[in-house]
Amino acid sequence: MQDFATAFGLAFGMIAAGDPALAEIVLLSLRVTLSAVAIACALGLPLGAGLGVLRFPGRGASILLLNASMGLPPVVIGLLIYLLLSGAGPLGVLGLLYTPTAMIIAQTVLVLPIVAALTRQTVEDLQGEYDEQLRSLGLGAWATVKTLLWDARYSLLTVALAGFGRAIAEVGAVLIVGGNINHVTRVMTTAIALETSKGDLALALALGLILITLAVAVNGVVMAMRQATARITYA
Amino acid sequence: MLERALAFEVAAAARPALPILPLEAKKLVFEAAGRRLIDGLDLLLRPGLLTVVMGPNGAGKSLLLRLLHGLLRPHAGSVLWAGRPADRAIGRRQAMVFQRPVLLRRSALGNLRHALAARGLAYSERTVRTRKMLEIAGLAPLARMPARRLSGGEQQRLALARALALEPEVLFLDEPAANLDPASTLAIEGLIQRAHDDGVKIVLVTHDFGQARRLADEIIFLHKGRVEEQAAAARFLTDPASAKAEAFLAGRIVL
Repeated sequence: MQDFATAFGLAFGMIAAGDPALAEIVLLSLRVTLSAVAIACALGLPLGAGLGVLRFPGRGASILLLNASMGLPPVVIGLLIYLLLSGAGPLGVLGLLYTPTAMIIAQTVLVLPIVAALTRQTVEDLQGEYDEQLRSLGLGAWATVKTLLWDARYSLLTVALAGFGRAIAEVGAVLIVGGNINHVTRVMTTAIALETSKGDLALALALGLILITLAVAVNGVVMAMRQATARITYA
Repeated sequence: MLERALAFEVAAAARPALPILPLEAKKLVFEAAGRRLIDGLDLLLRPGLLTVVMGPNGAGKSLLLRLLHGLLRPHAGSVLWAGRPADRAIGRRQAMVFQRPVLLRRSALGNLRHALAARGLAYSERTVRTRKMLEIAGLAPLARMPARRLSGGEQQRLALARALALEPEVLFLDEPAANLDPASTLAIEGLIQRAHDDGVKIVLVTHDFGQARRLADEIIFLHKGRVEEQAAAARFLTDPASAKAEAFLAGRIVL
């Protein structure tokens, strides 16, 4: 086991040198998570907005279910996707288990409720303000959804970033469906878990530093955007 | 085939739409929390007259406007447009401006474009109308400004310009100049007068007697959810028929 200071030194060295093994892991992490967030937004924004705008029987129960599924443990999602994709599962023929695609699916399932539930809340709040004006204009449901999504665009960017933060930091789901295979499905979080248990603290620390930097950067962007928003549109 | 379809569309566009006025409210009732806020109200609004609705707070002025415009459903009674209940097509021939302008989080221009797009206008027509309307409202230099960064007076003028850009036949205005300074109020009144001169039926709620005197052809005095008096403006303001209206004009509390 390396001592702490040496590990830090090695970690910074790897980052500074752009270590290819490190870069590969970071890039795969970003590819998987960004894909998952993009898909979750493509589905979750209209879904959440529709749920916020439309009135139908069972709406309250749907919202409750959606809000509750924001807190689904990643390992449970991993397990469910594993069961779906494993050789004996209903989607086993696709042969997706232990591929980045499987990881994207798992993270999409993880992020979708977050995006949809937060979008629902945001859009519903805005609708409360716009309702009479939009009805006076004679807008239909779909046009109302489009208007509200566009006008809530800055708030919704922070929703997407919240989804990104959740997915990039999660380890349980990608570990189960990806398997942490070197050069294939190894991402930052699974690599940190593995290297730490192996005692290779340098790589684990380097990845940890990058992960933290990403988290801080994402939060910084969120904050800057909120301020810009207040300045530009909500004043 | 296509030519025939086009010819049909042209004919449909050229065909004059059925008139939507007079606008009639029959035995209108609206309740909230067990209270009758509009209480069997009857009303007839004719074309050509600039109608001002007055009355004490809680008389049901804003409610009446919303019921007529179709934003609220009455619990009983009916609203008839030239004898017909409102439908989508009739809805598209009206517009409303609210006391607190609801402006979208877009530029002044974007707000007008959105409203016109909502009414299904082609892009080229939208551009022409938005430019013309911003010019008339004196907002052309502010076209690219975020609407919610405009001053209170400019915001209300924008909301009015947005409604007028729709070229409505009937325009409902709920205290459009409340809380505005005299110059802004005058600008708003200028736009209203201009629309009236262009043949738009104006139904305006106000608390401002000066405004009523400057704009109104007829005044409807509401009290406790009913029409207490409907009269020519000059007559109402100098010699109201009902005791309640007289007390209201004198600034005494009417309960």
